[in-house]
Amino acid sequence: MNNYVIPTIDWTAAMPVIVVFLTGIAALLVEMFRPRQNNNVIVGISLTGLAVAAYLLASQVGMPAIDTFAGMIRRDHLGLMLQLLMVVACGLTFLFGENYLRERRMAYGEFYPLAIWSTAGGMIMVGTDHLLMIFIGLEVLSISLYCMAGLAREEQRSAESALKYFLLGSLASAFLLYGIAFFYGATGTLSLTQIGMNGAQMNMQILATAFVLIGLGFKASLFPFHMWTPDVYQGAPTNVSAFLATVSKIAALGLMARMLPVLGQTQDFWFPVLFWLSMLTMTVGNVSAIGQTDLKRMLGFSSIAHAGYVMVALLAHLKNPKVVSLDAMVFYLAVYSVATIGAFAVLTLAVRNAQEDARASALHGLWKRNRFAAGAFIVFLISLIGIPFTGGFLGKLLIFQGALQADLLPLAIVLGVNSAISVAYYLFMAKAVFVDDEELTGARVGQTSGGLKLTCVVCAAAVFGSWFFGSTLQSLLGAPNEAAVKVERPVVAQTQR
Amino acid sequence: MTTNQIAFLALALLALIGGGGVVFSQRPVRAAMCLVLNFLVLAALYFMLGAQMLGISQIMVYAGAIMVLFLFIVMMLRMDREEPHKVWWTSAPVVGTIFGALVLFIFALGIRPAAEMKPGAVDPKFGTPQAIGMEMMTTYAWPFEVASMLLLVGIVASIILAKRRI
Repeated sequence: MNNYVIPTIDWTAAMPVIVVFLTGIAALLVEMFRPRQNNNVIVGISLTGLAVAAYLLASQVGMPAIDTFAGMIRRDHLGLMLQLLMVVACGLTFLFGENYLRERRMAYGEFYPLAIWSTAGGMIMVGTDHLLMIFIGLEVLSISLYCMAGLAREEQRSAESALKYFLLGSLASAFLLYGIAFFYGATGTLSLTQIGMNGAQMNMQILATAFVLIGLGFKASLFPFHMWTPDVYQGAPTNVSAFLATVSKIAALGLMARMLPVLGQTQDFWFPVLFWLSMLTMTVGNVSAIGQTDLKRMLGFSSIAHAGYVMVALLAHLKNPKVVSLDAMVFYLAVYSVATIGAFAVLTLAVRNAQEDARASALHGLWKRNRFAAGAFIVFLISLIGIPFTGGFLGKLLIFQGALQADLLPLAIVLGVNSAISVAYYLFMAKAVFVDDEELTGARVGQTSGGLKLTCVVCAAAVFGSWFFGSTLQSLLGAPNEAAVKVERPVVAQTQR
Repeated sequence: MTTNQIAFLALALLALIGGGGVVFSQRPVRAAMCLVLNFLVLAALYFMLGAQMLGISQIMVYAGAIMVLFLFIVMMLRMDREEPHKVWWTSAPVVGTIFGALVLFIFALGIRPAAEMKPGAVDPKFGTPQAIGMEMMTTYAWPFEVASMLLLVGIVASIILAKRRI
């Protein structure tokens, strides 16, 4: 009866996620004991907790890769970097979020715990090798996001956004779960590494991979599953859109980067599919963005296109893992995240009478009224286009080089063409800032809170810093020798068998 | 044919009838009741396979809690008063049939004749609540904890969305 084995636990590896979860609980308790106050304490606690988690993650860089908690947690370089990115992105959205939420009159203190837990879900997703954990992490991430998208409870558009996201997201989760069940049925294990080594039931494994990719493709808003993105980004509160565009996207794409290399046995089947999908994702995202009138929708389509770029980096790595490493992908995710958060942060200025207006006219006259925010906005757009002296350029260059090294010339060409197309709508956004505002409709655009300023400064510094310290950062982000992962096999409890 | 096989065939037939009833019955309440039948029969099949805990939770969670919610919502929305659908053709059955056939086909590729299969030696405790509890507190301790966080997230999220004043 008592022949069970308690799994060995490396608490260092588990700590960041635990800290993030506890931060959320602490923030919720503060909200509970001091309702009707301002949220400054909650924001303070949240940021402190995230900073501690970031420190714990950073301190683990360079430690050997391990599996712990009976194989439920994996610590390796890729996972640490993605988790770090998510924590930082979450913190950045908090910096400008509070003021915006207050202006929209929905400064609910419960928002912060939800966002923090959502981040923890994402961290779990990329920090494991076990499909069960991946699914639970995805659900923690998504369920918080469904609620956050509907935070503007009085507004129909926000409710529509939340409902749409919820329905489609649940469907995607169901697909993912179905795929996971097939994997288990085919191989009898949920550990990705073991699935990758198991050659049983290849047909079923292909089907499973297809289902899992559908589920993840939805989360990462790849081409045929992208339609929800602009609608949800438009309807959700702007700081939530920033969160969606970064944290949830890093989680989904990071998970793909974790999963696909392991599923090498079926690579012949899914590689061409993803090849075409990434091509279409880039093109459809960019082409649809042109002609949008709502800036948030436009950034939504832009984020679809950027997901396509990231997929190119991933595919290049998968095609030729020995030559092309994953650092281009992680680097691009980082620079994309800071630029996108910054752009959304500036868009929060367009709030009047607790209503939000993200049409281009909302930014008219920004340059005259608020040089600082306008200048920062331009910087972020430049980085998103990929013009030299910004991290965006370096990121795209790395992806381009990777694609060439991996013999994926078509993808490289499509990437280049798409960068050119994207100039059109990014310039449209930049132009809106400079248009003189004769009717003073943009009078509201002007007040910058300290948090927003800080966000802009940090993001802009990151955009430029990633250019100047590009190679250092790249070698830091990139996985050193991921092949030499020393994996401690999960301890199997012996009650069964 | 052994008694085991006869029992299996009978239960499988019942499950099919239940499943068919869900899809084909016009009234939501009847469809829901057919789903209850299906769940119960599935639970019986689990018991036959020796997965006691799974059978118990199938009855308690699915046939019990979830079906009560289903029926509650069906009755609250008064969907039963509405006229049954008059649409005789939608794309749903076609798409469903195609994908169902695909899944069946892939299963069929994996199915082996019974003669090839050797019954595995199963621990007598297999599938008992004890064994599952033991697993949950050792191997699956971390997912278990995270799932409890998931519940907390769900509670907080639904309160934010639904409570009139927060």
